[in-house]
Amino acid sequence: MPLLEIKNLHARVEDKEILKGINLTVNAGEVHAIMGPNGSGKSTLANVLAGRDNYEVTSGEVLYEGKNLLDLDVEERARAGIFLAFQYPIEIPGVTNAHFLKTALNAVRKHRGLEELDAMDFLALVKEKMKLLEMDPGFLNRGVNEGFSGGEKKRNEILQMAMLDPKLGLLDETDSGLDIDSLKIVANGVNALRSPDRAFVLVTHYQRLLDYIEPDFVHVLSGGKILTSGDKELAKHLEERGYGWVVGKDAKAVGV
Amino acid sequence: MLASYQQAYERSLDPKAPAFLRERRQAGIERFAALGFPNRRMEEWKYTSVEPIASREFQLGGDKEVARFTLEEMHRMAFCVMPGPRLVFLNGHFHPALSDLSGLPAGVRCKSLAQALQEDAASLEAHLGRQVDSKDRAFVALNDAFLQNGAYLFLPRGTVLPQPIQLLFVSHGNGTAVVSHPRVLVVAEAQSQATLIETYVGQGAYFTNAVTEIAAGEGAVIEHIKLQGESESAFHIASIGVRQSRDSQYTSHSLSLGAALARNDLGTVLDAEGAGATLNGLYMVSGSQHVDNHTNIDHAKPHCTSAELYKGILDGKSQGVFNGRILVRPDAQKTSSQQSNKNLILSDDALINTKPLLEIYANDVKCNHGATIGRLDANQVFYLRSRGIDAALARSILTYAFASDVVALMRQEPLRERLQQWIFARLMPGKEAAA
Ligand SMILES: Nc1ncnc2c1ncn2[C@@H]1O[C@H](COP(=O)(O)OP(=O)(O)O)[C@@H](O)[C@H]1O
Ligand SMILES: [Mg+2]
Repeated sequence: MPLLEIKNLHARVEDKEILKGINLTVNAGEVHAIMGPNGSGKSTLANVLAGRDNYEVTSGEVLYEGKNLLDLDVEERARAGIFLAFQYPIEIPGVTNAHFLKTALNAVRKHRGLEELDAMDFLALVKEKMKLLEMDPGFLNRGVNEGFSGGEKKRNEILQMAMLDPKLGLLDETDSGLDIDSLKIVANGVNALRSPDRAFVLVTHYQRLLDYIEPDFVHVLSGGKILTSGDKELAKHLEERGYGWVVGKDAKAVGV
Repeated sequence: MLASYQQAYERSLDPKAPAFLRERRQAGIERFAALGFPNRRMEEWKYTSVEPIASREFQLGGDKEVARFTLEEMHRMAFCVMPGPRLVFLNGHFHPALSDLSGLPAGVRCKSLAQALQEDAASLEAHLGRQVDSKDRAFVALNDAFLQNGAYLFLPRGTVLPQPIQLLFVSHGNGTAVVSHPRVLVVAEAQSQATLIETYVGQGAYFTNAVTEIAAGEGAVIEHIKLQGESESAFHIASIGVRQSRDSQYTSHSLSLGAALARNDLGTVLDAEGAGATLNGLYMVSGSQHVDNHTNIDHAKPHCTSAELYKGILDGKSQGVFNGRILVRPDAQKTSSQQSNKNLILSDDALINTKPLLEIYANDVKCNHGATIGRLDANQVFYLRSRGIDAALARSILTYAFASDVVALMRQEPLRERLQQWIFARLMPGKEAAA
């Protein structure tokens, strides 16, 4: 059974149809990259999967581990193993990163039948993960993403992912706005999490990320549809020729 | 109902009381009779009706009940009893057995008002009523009429109190709707320093009509924490008046967490150069609670500063009022004043009326103010939920975060931590079930 199966998914925001029939199958262990021009619907797809409520699914279905994902609440999806790394992580002044992470981790662990971690065990675990992402432990006592630089926010997303141990990581432009050192750190963090039980969907605008996280499949999303799919060579073509190359073609002729 | 106050007044007269007190009380009851209870046609009471108080009959609590009130009950009802001196009151009456006045520095006078009336009459006569105005304030006049209980704190020049002074006012009528009119007088001489923690708690339906006066001498530093955690069937009216001398610093933390109906009138007069006032407040209401904070900062002289931050959380059908007046008199050049009132509305039926009121008669001043009314941020809620935190808990965490900075401004431990826990617990989903 695939981990994720998206069938003919249509979704809209307010009155605007944005996803116009997405089909995508992701198996455990795979890394898929979704590329496409700005405004093509990449974030919409990621947010629909995470359950954000201003997106309305108008038709199609999404199966996660064989069950209807769209029936689940946002938090139920997270506990079931879906993790969205936000394109624009949210700042929450007044809630410390430590409190946030510990509350989230214990909510997820409880759901999975694991014992809740006490303060000591939590701290040991989070510090180990922070080391991997080269984050200063001082970030734990700061408000969630409050005053973080762009790169710090993205690392904080990956830290959360590492803590919550999801089955499906959706990374929405985690590479955007990162300098090369931060990009490598983030990519290392993701690569460390790669495993046969876990899959990733990397949403990106640039091919650069894929030099560090090697995808098994690359899809091009444009105008709310996947126009073409291929392996990592497709990303290289895109880099050389630009999106116009794909967008200009008839999607059916390219095949999936 | 005015007649019942008149009768209670007459019954409570003490022929042995000092002459000045008898006169004050007499003037108070007359003034109250003339004013009557305020009504909503008055600008100051536009959004708050005291009808629930005016239409009920309350009894003065007797001092015999005091003995029944135990140490265990005190600990159960107070938010936090800190180490250090404290005065405990039940239904307005001083409770010597639960109070602790040991270890105060030499020269400090800290005692019940009843005792001070016998021992410090001259000081009381000189200072009582100078920081609050009863001319057109019915509740202050009413408190004057029943002036006999409360606390007196005198800090001689240069005294620094190492521990806060705690005043715990408990109302518990055992089925009777009691009323108390506590009066607190703090006289802080030059360069003295103290923290005062006033706590109001209780059980059942009752009425607290408190007046607190603080005279801050030159360079005095006063931190004043007021915790209103009255029973949710109680009525709480508090009038607080502060007069600040040169270079004095007054910091108030006012937390309104309980009561069916609560009104705070907090006024400070920056009466000499270099004085500074910081007013922090948090109000948190739900159900059908009503809370009203009126603050009045009077910049009477040049080179004074004031900073005010009030935050409110309103749920259910609750109502809140914030009215922050800042008066900069013609003489008060170089005034610096900041005011902010932020409200978080958690339900469709909750209501807040917020009004900054700047009256500036000097031209070389820096004043800014702002008020906001908002809801929880849907993006923040989504972010927390997307990490597995359930929706109700996510909302509690964010609501707490909204309030946390005001609480964090309090420096007193373990009180601060206790309050943080208390507030967080109250915001938790299912708190009704747990209570
Ligand atoms: N909350 C929203 N409200 C209105 N329009 C939106 C919203 N989110 C996305 N859109 C629109 O949907 C389209 C796709 O956006 P998005 O999914 O963010 O694209 P991408 O991530 O590929 O850049 C864009 O035209 C964008 O303007
Ligand atoms: Mg996007």
